[in-house]
Amino acid sequence: MNTTSNTPLSLRTEGDTHIVVTRRFNGSPEAVYRAHTEPAIIQKWMLGPEGWTMPVCICEARPGGRFRYEWAHPSKPGFHITGEFHALEPGRRIVHVERMFLPFQTPDNHVETTFDAESGGTLMTMRMTLPDAETRKQMLSSGMDKGMEASYIRLESQLA
Amino acid sequence: MQSLDFSFAALADPTRRAILARLALGEATVLELAEPFQMSQPAVSRHLKVLEVAGLIEQRVDGTRRPRRLAKPALDNVDQYLNTLRRALAANYDRLDQVLADMNTNPKSTPTRKKIRGRK
Repeated sequence: MNTTSNTPLSLRTEGDTHIVVTRRFNGSPEAVYRAHTEPAIIQKWMLGPEGWTMPVCICEARPGGRFRYEWAHPSKPGFHITGEFHALEPGRRIVHVERMFLPFQTPDNHVETTFDAESGGTLMTMRMTLPDAETRKQMLSSGMDKGMEASYIRLESQLA
Repeated sequence: MQSLDFSFAALADPTRRAILARLALGEATVLELAEPFQMSQPAVSRHLKVLEVAGLIEQRVDGTRRPRRLAKPALDNVDQYLNTLRRALAANYDRLDQVLADMNTNPKSTPTRKKIRGRK
C-alpha cells in the first residue's frame, strides 16, 4: 500500500514492523552517502516541511558514533532525534538506530539505508524496523501519541 | 477524547491487537470475532468492551445485529501518520536533489547554504 506513481518517492509498509522507503537521485552513491553523513550537507536538506531549520547537527559517522539533530521553527515547539551508528560502508550502506523526542520519547527505530548505483544515479532504499510486540507494549504503557498507536495497529493489520 | 491510559491498556493485549487486525479487514459480529480465537463469546465481549472504552472500535446497529468496526478517528490518525512521514521525506529529498546538483557542479566542495534558494 501507499506507493505513489507520480513521484519518485515510494513509501510502503512491510510485514508487521517495517516501513520501506525508496527514492532515486541524480547523483553518485558516494554523493548521496555524504549527504546523509556530513553535518554541513545534512543541515541543508533534512528539514521536513517548509519553515523548519536544523540549528544543531552532530553526526559522528563511524561505527558506534552518535548523532543528534535538533529542529526549530519560528512558531512551533522544536524537537530532536538522537541515534547511534551501527555500521557504515561509505558510498554503500548505513545502519543506525534512532528515536525522536517530541518531547516524549518514541521507541527505537532501526534503520538500514543502502545506496545502489543505478543508470547513472543512485537508488536509495531505507528500511525502518519498528519495535517488536514486547518493546511496543512497553512503549505503549510509557505514554505515546494516539496517532502513533493507531499507526502500529495498521502496521500489524497489513498481513492479517 | 478518550483517556490515553485506556488506549494503552487496550493495545497491551495480543488478543485485542488481533481483534483490531481482524476488524481492519471489515466489520464483524461478536460471534464472528470469537470463532478464530477459540474463545467464549463473553470473553470476546469483555475484550471488545475494553477496545470500545478506549475509543478504538465502535458498534453499528443493524437490526438485531451489533457488528463492531474500527473507530474512524483511529484510521484517520494512521493515514495522517504515514502521510506526514511521506510529506516530510518528499520535501527532504526534493531539497537533496538540489544539494546533489550543486555537489555535481563543485565535486570537491560542500555546497554553501546560500546556494539553496528559498531556505532560511
